[in-house]
Amino acid sequence: MSTGEKFLQLLIVIGLFLAVMAVVLVLTSRVRSRVGEMLQTTAFLLPAVLLLALGLLYPAIRTVIESFRDRTSSEWVGLANYEAIFTDDALLQVLRNTAIWVLVTPVLATVIGLVYAVLVDRARFERFAKALMFMPMAISLVGASLIWRFVYSYRETDAAQIGVLNQLLKSLGFETYRFISTEPWNTLFLVVVMIWVQAGFAMTILSAAIKAVPDDIVEAARLDGVSGWRMFRYITVPSIRPSLIVVLTTITIATLKVFDIVRTMTGGNFGTSVLAYEFYAQGFRAFNNGLGAALAVLLFVLVIPIVIYNVRQMRKVEAR
Amino acid sequence: MSAASPVVPSDTTGLAPSAPPEPSAAAEAKRRLSSPWASLAAIVIAILWTVPTAGLLITSFRPVGDINSSGWWKFFLDPNVTLDNYRAVFTGDDVGLSTYLVNSIVITLPAVLIPIALATMAAYAFAWMKFPGRNALFVAVFALQIVPIQVTMIPLLSLYVDPPFGLPQLAGANAPGGGFYTIWLSHAMFALPLAIFLLHNFMREIPGELVESARVDGAGHVQIFTRIMLPLMVPAIAAFGIFQFLWVWNDLLVALVFGGGSLNISPMTVRLAELSGTRDQAWHLLSAGAFVSLIIPLIVFLALQRYFVRGLLAGSVKG
Repeated sequence: MSTGEKFLQLLIVIGLFLAVMAVVLVLTSRVRSRVGEMLQTTAFLLPAVLLLALGLLYPAIRTVIESFRDRTSSEWVGLANYEAIFTDDALLQVLRNTAIWVLVTPVLATVIGLVYAVLVDRARFERFAKALMFMPMAISLVGASLIWRFVYSYRETDAAQIGVLNQLLKSLGFETYRFISTEPWNTLFLVVVMIWVQAGFAMTILSAAIKAVPDDIVEAARLDGVSGWRMFRYITVPSIRPSLIVVLTTITIATLKVFDIVRTMTGGNFGTSVLAYEFYAQGFRAFNNGLGAALAVLLFVLVIPIVIYNVRQMRKVEAR
Repeated sequence: MSAASPVVPSDTTGLAPSAPPEPSAAAEAKRRLSSPWASLAAIVIAILWTVPTAGLLITSFRPVGDINSSGWWKFFLDPNVTLDNYRAVFTGDDVGLSTYLVNSIVITLPAVLIPIALATMAAYAFAWMKFPGRNALFVAVFALQIVPIQVTMIPLLSLYVDPPFGLPQLAGANAPGGGFYTIWLSHAMFALPLAIFLLHNFMREIPGELVESARVDGAGHVQIFTRIMLPLMVPAIAAFGIFQFLWVWNDLLVALVFGGGSLNISPMTVRLAELSGTRDQAWHLLSAGAFVSLIIPLIVFLALQRYFVRGLLAGSVKG
């Protein structure tokens, strides 16, 4: 397709969509009876409900069913796909890597975000300083991965370095290091990218929470002689507890679904694959429907309790 | 640090001019931390968060020879600036980024507009129309938010490739719209639960008397929706719109899975990820390509930061 044709498609789809919506609205606005009300309700709801049923509900149920079938979804295999996930060496490594991502990323991103939020709070350049850390949130994970692949660039120790980290090692008198391909530590260097992206999110949410701590609580504590680190530990942190939990759980969910970073940095090689990447590799590269579906279901099962907890805490944050 | 007075904070040097005079928990924590070490820590973190991006940005403006023979920090000793890399990614044979820039735009606009329109209408129905099973249906929509998109992808793709009831195939080069429909539709579907939930919450905050009195005056739902609700909803729609825009623009997974493997309709993220694998040392192309894809979300983010943060928190569970 040429560029012109693509823009034509764009205009067609938007035009078509708006026209259909307009016709539906105009037609249903004419009717005034009880049946007319029903028609209106249907017109407002049906498109969204239909898309949800077709695009989310039905496929989700199908995925659960296919996770009990073989790679072409033709024969029942019982729990064989799940058994593979928990016994196959390569897949066990995927689970271990996922555990590392999920244990390290949320905690470090939250701690860094919290410390930075406190440090720059009411500083002269607060807005600017916050924007610096927040910016990685706006860019794609593919872009972030490219940025960090360049930081990790490897050359022989004797050669001129182009990666800033290996230059640092060389200047300090060490051998240069293959950050991305040396197992087992490479997973941690991939995790760094996610921390770099998510810390800005933690910082923004926690900064707002800190500013919302009521002054009378702080004042009362101060009159009791609390200050400094103890104020932070016993007044600030407990006061922003719901926000802290929302941030931690939100980053955990995002980390469980991490795919772009692994694909762009290593393509799942060098023992860095994680659950969401392995789902893609099995389902759409190896065309193993059964195993791909089982991995997706596992992801789903892991996400559910965290989301429920997250939503509950979010209500608490919003209620204040 | 002098002793704190209840009204005026002692640490006035570190305060923004507009900051309120009363002390806060953060100011108190900062009092303790406002040593030179604390400032140093803040600066170190800020540098760590900026240097990686700055390095690649500087690299994108250096000549190929310089990029491969010296680190980007040498730029400050021997500044050579060129736009050749940007020219190469747009006009050179090996990247052809303009095609993918067009694809990103063509994918993003409908993938933002369609779910917003559908979700606003559905949210109105859930908020102000009476019909049997309303609450149950709304809870179901709310619950669908927790479904990771990965769970839907394998069956959804087979639905596009092999649709029932003799419907036309949506995936592939011969499909209507050149295969864009699968990406548009998927993004729209994945956005709906969050969009409906967000907009519904916002709509419930609008006083019910407004709707009631309009109904008494003989206005139908369509009039109330278009004349009263839509204008009031602009901030909420903007917050969700920006969130969805960045989500679609930065997406890799949906485009990879539903783009049918043909680069002809792939967005920039897919092209860059591809290049990163096949030309992994071509940093003059990778750096310039990366910045072309980053600049649009960055502008949106800088211009509409406030809306973005609001949408971000609400949409944190999406994906």
